[in-house]
Amino acid sequence: MSTSQTGAVHSEGHNPALLHHFATEEQQKDSADLGMWVFLATEVMFFGGLFCAYLIYRGLYFGDFAAASSSIDAALGGTNTAVLICSSLTVVLAIWAAQTSRRGLMLLMLVLTMLFGCTFLGIKAVEYHDKFVEHHVPGPSFSFDHEEIPGHPGQYANPQHAEIFFALYFIMTGLHALHMIIGLGIFTWLLWAAWRGRFTPEYHTPLEIGGLYWHFVDIIWIYLFPLLYLIDRHK
Amino acid sequence: MATAMAHPDAQPIERENYLNKHYGVGSWLLTTDHKRIALLYLISITFFFFIGGFFALLIRLELLTPASDLVQADTYNKLFTMHGQIMVFFFLIPSIPAVLGNFLVPMMIGAKDLAFPRINLLSWYIYIIAGALMLHCMLTGGVDTGWTFYTPFSTAFSNTKVIEAGLAIFIAGFSSILTGLNFIVTIHRMRAPGMTWSRLPLFIWAHYATSIIQVLGTPVIAITLFLVVCERALHLGIFDPKLGGDPLLFQHLFWFYSHPAVYIMILPSMGVVTEIIACFSRKRIFGYTFVALSSIAIAVFGFLVWAHHMFVAGISVYAALIFSILSYAVAVPSAIKVFNWTATLYKGSIHYDAPMLYAFGFLGLFTIGGLTGLFLAALGIDVHVTDTYFVIAHFHYIMVGGAVMGYMGGMHFWWPKISGKLYPEGWARLAALIVFIGFNLTFFPQFVLGYMGMPRRYADYSHMPEFQVLNVLSTAGATVLGVGYLLPMIYFLWSMRYGKPAPDNPWNAAGLEWKTASPPTTFNFEEEPVVTWEAYNYEELDAPHPPRTNKEEVPVVH
Repeated sequence: MSTSQTGAVHSEGHNPALLHHFATEEQQKDSADLGMWVFLATEVMFFGGLFCAYLIYRGLYFGDFAAASSSIDAALGGTNTAVLICSSLTVVLAIWAAQTSRRGLMLLMLVLTMLFGCTFLGIKAVEYHDKFVEHHVPGPSFSFDHEEIPGHPGQYANPQHAEIFFALYFIMTGLHALHMIIGLGIFTWLLWAAWRGRFTPEYHTPLEIGGLYWHFVDIIWIYLFPLLYLIDRHK
Repeated sequence: MATAMAHPDAQPIERENYLNKHYGVGSWLLTTDHKRIALLYLISITFFFFIGGFFALLIRLELLTPASDLVQADTYNKLFTMHGQIMVFFFLIPSIPAVLGNFLVPMMIGAKDLAFPRINLLSWYIYIIAGALMLHCMLTGGVDTGWTFYTPFSTAFSNTKVIEAGLAIFIAGFSSILTGLNFIVTIHRMRAPGMTWSRLPLFIWAHYATSIIQVLGTPVIAITLFLVVCERALHLGIFDPKLGGDPLLFQHLFWFYSHPAVYIMILPSMGVVTEIIACFSRKRIFGYTFVALSSIAIAVFGFLVWAHHMFVAGISVYAALIFSILSYAVAVPSAIKVFNWTATLYKGSIHYDAPMLYAFGFLGLFTIGGLTGLFLAALGIDVHVTDTYFVIAHFHYIMVGGAVMGYMGGMHFWWPKISGKLYPEGWARLAALIVFIGFNLTFFPQFVLGYMGMPRRYADYSHMPEFQVLNVLSTAGATVLGVGYLLPMIYFLWSMRYGKPAPDNPWNAAGLEWKTASPPTTFNFEEEPVVTWEAYNYEELDAPHPPRTNKEEVPVVH
């Protein structure tokens, strides 16, 4: 922010977090909340394009997608789902702790959230490594030969169509992982701000909108997990 | 600061304002003042406008003769591609929202700034990074896919810099998203006391509708271009039919954004024209509620018509029928606006100042562009004229005749507020006339050419030499149009130094932005305004018949 605009207009005695162009703290908080919701609408459409592409090809090449899907580890994916749901709980508890002036609990919950986030990324890295070893990464070394279509013994998946599945798998989970990494960056800042005592029961807007973002990234995963890992697993 | 409102008359001694409060490059590059960011955008998009215009000039020169003699066909492909990409993504999309919207939205609703000033600055930096990447792409070989990036040509066959251009537009999208996000939150949360939704200027309604499209549409083109980049870089088969992909999916995703993108360009322009017509007819806008809600209707319907770009691409007949009908439906709210503007003019006290000339130009040209859009929404005619100059003429009537006319009109209307100086009115009227004549001379022949069957995107039409006369007319018109665009740039720059100081309200216009100083102070208003009047209260303003002189100041109703 340019030095020109801070300071001069701040009147005495109000919350230093209140920016000059807002009349009240309430207006500032409402703006931040709405801003994050609008941003999440953008994100929904961003991932929406990918979900649309996924649904088209899943319809066209269902058997190949099912075969490719059964080659990724649903146990690891399921574990990651549980990890993210736990992290959403710790985010909510951190906000509750801020609202009720429990500083120690707030810091603990923020650290736990970040630990869960790191665990998720670690497990994701293991999964990517497995795919790399199995030559399931799209590209020149890709191979998916003689993989049976589940429920159709003797029928093999078309490697080209399976490659489309893996391309979508890596792009969708990769963009999701990128969002997780950005989330970890945000939570590092939140932890620092919480450590410095910036959040009070009256003012903890950054925690709330950071939490909104974190929940959103979780929800994306809640959709990604069954779509990518559980095709045709109900039999 | 206190002197600013105490002596509202224009004075030779400069009052403190947003332009002279701080000096130096740093005070501009690190500013969070929405007005300064608007000027940063103005300079940037003007730069890209002239680059895009230069490509257009080369295209028109090539088409002066039937043979492909000025440039090779390969070069020609790059020229029309980069003309389209620069003009659409680096000029038209940011034009009115990022310049006039940035400058005016907070002032019109009585706010000190946008809700997120730093995000506003960030959006400009994102735009600059994207623009630099696009320039680098152009200077190191360019791209030849057409602005539409159709697959599989763009992902498997073209040997030009598709990845770089795709990434540049991907990045530019985030600048557009952040602007839209900022406007939505600002309009919801930052309105002054008394500034209810039904008292908002229609410029604000238009920008609100535009912002919805920016926020919901742009991420889809972003992810689509991201997939194109991935497919090309890693040889994936997402859109390549040879590898099992579906090129139609690309077209659906592309037009899902790129059709509503037309409304990102035209809706703000409609907002500008609404302000101008009310001011220069001295009347409240006819059918305020209808004009406001028609903006929202255009934003909503605009998302449901994209496949009319794909009637010959092999979509199902039933889908084509439905998209055809929906495309007709989107004409209804546009027509509502045109009829209401016309009704506003009826028995108005019309003043023919330069902004009004541009608004008149907009009315005529947008109507022609809109009506020919209905031709194209009709399945039978569309099959006949797809990919011909008829389509080119149609969308230039909307984008240049509509969007750019509105932008130019708005620049003239608010120039005294932006710069604090008056532009030379005589020259401005002349320029408006030149633009109108040049535009029609450029693009009307293209309707005829297209209907006769001249396809778009060809450097060579030597097998059809009878097309030359109309092409010569079009090129001549483009030259006139170029002069019409250069003139305002020259006299705007001239007026910054030599122009007469502008009074706070040179047009005696309604609207909160005219109750601030010209140019405004950094925080726009000395004290938070309280709105007690309806929008466009021209009858009230003119009631005691004050002499309409440039020195006259509108009484501030607090």
